[in-house]
Amino acid sequence: MDTFEPKIVGLFCNWCTYLAADLAGISRMKYSHNLRIVRVMCSGRIHPEFVLWAFRNGADGVLIGGCHPGDCHYIEGNYKNLRRFLLLRKLLEQVGIDPRRVRLEWISASEADKLKQVVNDFAETLRELGPFGTELPEEPVLDIHPKEEAVS
Amino acid sequence: MKQGNGTVPRIGVYVCHCGTNIAGNVDVKAVVDFASKLPGVVVAREYKYMCSDPGQSLIKNDIREKNLNRVIVASCSPHLHEHTFRHATLEGGQNPYLFHMVNIREQVSWVTEDKMSATEKAKALVEAAVYRVRYHEALETKEVPVNPDVLIIGGGIAGITAALTLANAGKKVYLVERDYSIGGHMAKFDKTFPTLDCASCILTPKMTAVKDHPNIHLFTYSEILEIDGYVGNFTARILKKPRYVIEDRCIGCYVCVEHCVYKTPKFPSEFDEGLGLRKPVFIPFPQAVPLIAAIDPETCIEFKSHRCKKTCQEACRDLVGRDAIDFTQREEVVEVQVGAIIVATGFKTFDARRIPEYGYGRYPNVYTSLEIERLVNSSGPTGGEIVMRDGRKPRRVGIIHCVGSRDRNFNPWCSRVCCMYSLKLAHLVRERTGAEVYNFYIDIRTPGKGYEEFYEKLMQEGVHFIRGKVAEVTDWTITPEETGKLVIRVEDSLVGVVRRIPVDMVILSVGLEPRDDAEEVRRQLNISCSSEGWFLERHPKLAPVSTFTDGIFIAGACQGPKDIPDTVAQAGAAAAEALALIDRGSVELEPNIAVIDEQKCSGCHVCIALCPYSAIAFNEEKNVAVINEALCKGCGVCVGTCPSKAITQQLFTDEELLAEIEGVLLV
Repeated sequence: MDTFEPKIVGLFCNWCTYLAADLAGISRMKYSHNLRIVRVMCSGRIHPEFVLWAFRNGADGVLIGGCHPGDCHYIEGNYKNLRRFLLLRKLLEQVGIDPRRVRLEWISASEADKLKQVVNDFAETLRELGPFGTELPEEPVLDIHPKEEAVS
Repeated sequence: MKQGNGTVPRIGVYVCHCGTNIAGNVDVKAVVDFASKLPGVVVAREYKYMCSDPGQSLIKNDIREKNLNRVIVASCSPHLHEHTFRHATLEGGQNPYLFHMVNIREQVSWVTEDKMSATEKAKALVEAAVYRVRYHEALETKEVPVNPDVLIIGGGIAGITAALTLANAGKKVYLVERDYSIGGHMAKFDKTFPTLDCASCILTPKMTAVKDHPNIHLFTYSEILEIDGYVGNFTARILKKPRYVIEDRCIGCYVCVEHCVYKTPKFPSEFDEGLGLRKPVFIPFPQAVPLIAAIDPETCIEFKSHRCKKTCQEACRDLVGRDAIDFTQREEVVEVQVGAIIVATGFKTFDARRIPEYGYGRYPNVYTSLEIERLVNSSGPTGGEIVMRDGRKPRRVGIIHCVGSRDRNFNPWCSRVCCMYSLKLAHLVRERTGAEVYNFYIDIRTPGKGYEEFYEKLMQEGVHFIRGKVAEVTDWTITPEETGKLVIRVEDSLVGVVRRIPVDMVILSVGLEPRDDAEEVRRQLNISCSSEGWFLERHPKLAPVSTFTDGIFIAGACQGPKDIPDTVAQAGAAAAEALALIDRGSVELEPNIAVIDEQKCSGCHVCIALCPYSAIAFNEEKNVAVINEALCKGCGVCVGTCPSKAITQQLFTDEELLAEIEGVLLV
C-alpha cells in the first residue's frame, strides 16, 4: 500500500501566515504538498465550524495560522482565535477525534522557515495518525453531524 | 454542495503560466481542462502572462462576449496582482468583487517538489475558487478622504530628504527624531565615498533647510508612543522628552556650557563615539539642528543631588538674558493627524566586542570605523588629527573588513558600505599621516558609480591589500620589529601563507545591523520585518518603499544596508509615494467590512465587547447591534463570534469560506 498522504486545510491570516507562505514561495523553499491554503483577513475570523466543516469534507488535519501574540494586525484577533481553539480541541477530544489533527501556530510574515517546518511536521504527524476517522470509536460518543446532513 | 447566491454563475477561469514560473512545475493545460468541466465554468483559458495587457484583454473580452459574471485568475499571490485583475474585471464591465484570485505560484509551483503533486494542488485551489465565487456579490467601495499631512520617523539623511521633498511640494511634514539633533549617522562622517566631498558640506545645508522650512514641524529628542488609524487617517502620539532647556528661548550661544560647574568636559560625548568629552550641559555638535543646548540628567549634579549651584541657569538668565534653562521641564505628549507615514529609522553598527579575538575594548589602539570617522573629522575630538589614545601618530594601520558581516557566527549579510568606507578611511589615514595602510578583505565589493575606479586609485596610491579573513589581533609579539605593536594574524589566501602583520592601529570595519528598537517600531506601525530585523518592503523590486500596511512607507537603511546615494534615492521614492497618496485626495477602502442582519441579531452584546475598534454600538430601541462602517476595519472577529450568525463579513462570508474549504478538499 502507498503511504497515506493526508489533506491539510490551512486557515491563514492575511497579514502574517499567508505572507509567510508567500515568502516561502519567493525563497523557493520546498515543503510538503499536502497543504491547501484558505485565506482569511484575521485568525479571529475563524469559526470552529470551519474546522469541523473541513473534517466533514475530507480534511485529515487543519492548520490555523495567525500572527504572534501582540502582533495581530487587528490588535488582538489572534487571542480570540486562541480561546476558541482551546475549546475546540476539548470538544474534538470528547467526540473521539485526536486533538493533534488541529494545530494552531503563530507564524509571522518573515517566518517562511517556520511555516515549512510546521507543515512538514504536521504532515508527518497526520501520516502517523492515518486518515481522519481512524481513531473514532465505532459508536459515536456524540453525533457532530446534524441529522438531515447525515443522509448525503 | 452548497448552492450559489441566486444568480446563475457564468465563470471564466484563467490560468497563468507566468513564463515558466508556474508552467515549469504545474501542468497548466491539465488544470485548464479540469477547470473547464467544473460546474458553472463557461470558459477556461491559459496564457503566458495573465497580468500583461493581452492577458487582461482576454478577461475583458470574455466578460463582454460570453457574459461572464464571475472571474477567476490562477496565478501569483493576491498581494501582488489582485488589484490588477479586479481592475480588468471592472474594465470588462463587471463589479471588481466578482473576481477571485488563486495563488498557484508562491503557494504551489514554487514550493512543491514534483509536478504531479503541484498540478493536483493547483486543481484543488482552482476548484475551491469555482465553488467560492458562486457566492460572490457585487460590492460597493467606500472612499475616505486622505489627510494631506505626513509623519516622518527618523531624522537622518533619509528622513531629511523625504521631509524636504514633501515640504517643497507644499505638504505639511512632522519630522520626529529620537536624538537631540537631526543628521543621523551621516553627520558624524568626515568625507563621503567615492567623491570625497565633505559630509558636513552636503548635509548641514539640508539640516538647516529642514529647520527653516515653514512646512516642516521638527520634533527632536522625541519618540513615537503610539500610532493609530489607517491609510489616509493616522493619529500619532509623539513623546517629547525633556531636554531641560526651553527650545524657543535657547539661542545656542554656549554660555551655559561655559559656565557649567564642571570647568572642563568630563563625560564621554555620544556624538564623538566616546573619543571626546562633554559636560552635563552640552550642545551635541557645533552644526547641530536645532542648535539648542541640552542637560543630561544622568551626569548633571542638580539632578543627582539637587545641590548644584546651577551656574549654567544663572549665566543664561543674567549674561544672555534668555532664562532658557528649566530644571523642572517635564515630558510632553503631542498628538498629530497625518495621512501617510514614512519610516526612516536607520541602522546601528555591529558591536565589535562580540568578536573578542579582534581585541576591541581590550587593546586601546583597536578602533571601530565609526570612531575613526570622528578622528579624521575636522570638527571631531582631535580636530581631524589622527592620533591614537596614547597620543602617538600611527605609522602602520590595519583595516579589517567584514567585521560582523558575511559571517555565519554573526550576520550572514553583506553590509554593502564597508568596503567603500574602508577604502575611504585608508585614503584619509594615508593622506593625513603617511602611514602604511593594510586592508584585510574577503572580497572587495565596489558596485556603484565611480566605486571601482576609487578602488583602482587606492591601489595606485600604495595602500596594501591582503586577501584573507583575519584570525586575531594580538599583542603577543615574537620578533623585535613587532615589539610594542599589535600583530594581525591572517592567512593570505592569495599566496597561501599565514602572515603576521605588525601595526600601530587597527580599524574594524563594522557592519550594519537593524536598530535595537526596530521590533518595537514594527509593532507600533503594524508593518513586517525580515527575520534579520530589517523592515520588509511590499515587493523587493516593484514596491521597494511600500509596506504591507497601506499608507506606511520605508526609506533608507531601516530596510537594509545601503549607502548614501541609495538612501537618498529611496527617500525620494518614499516621498513620491506619499505624495501620490495625498494628491489623490481619497482612498478606496476594501469593502471587507462586517454587516449585521437586524432580523437575526438577538441583541446579546457579545460582539460589542470583542470589537478591537469599538465599531459596534447597540441600538436600544431596536434591541440590535449596529456596526459603524467607518470604524470597521474588516477583521471579522465579530463574525466568527456571533452566536446567532447575524453578522457577515463581505468578501469573506461564511458561505464563501465554507465553499472554499469544501472545494480545496475535492481533488
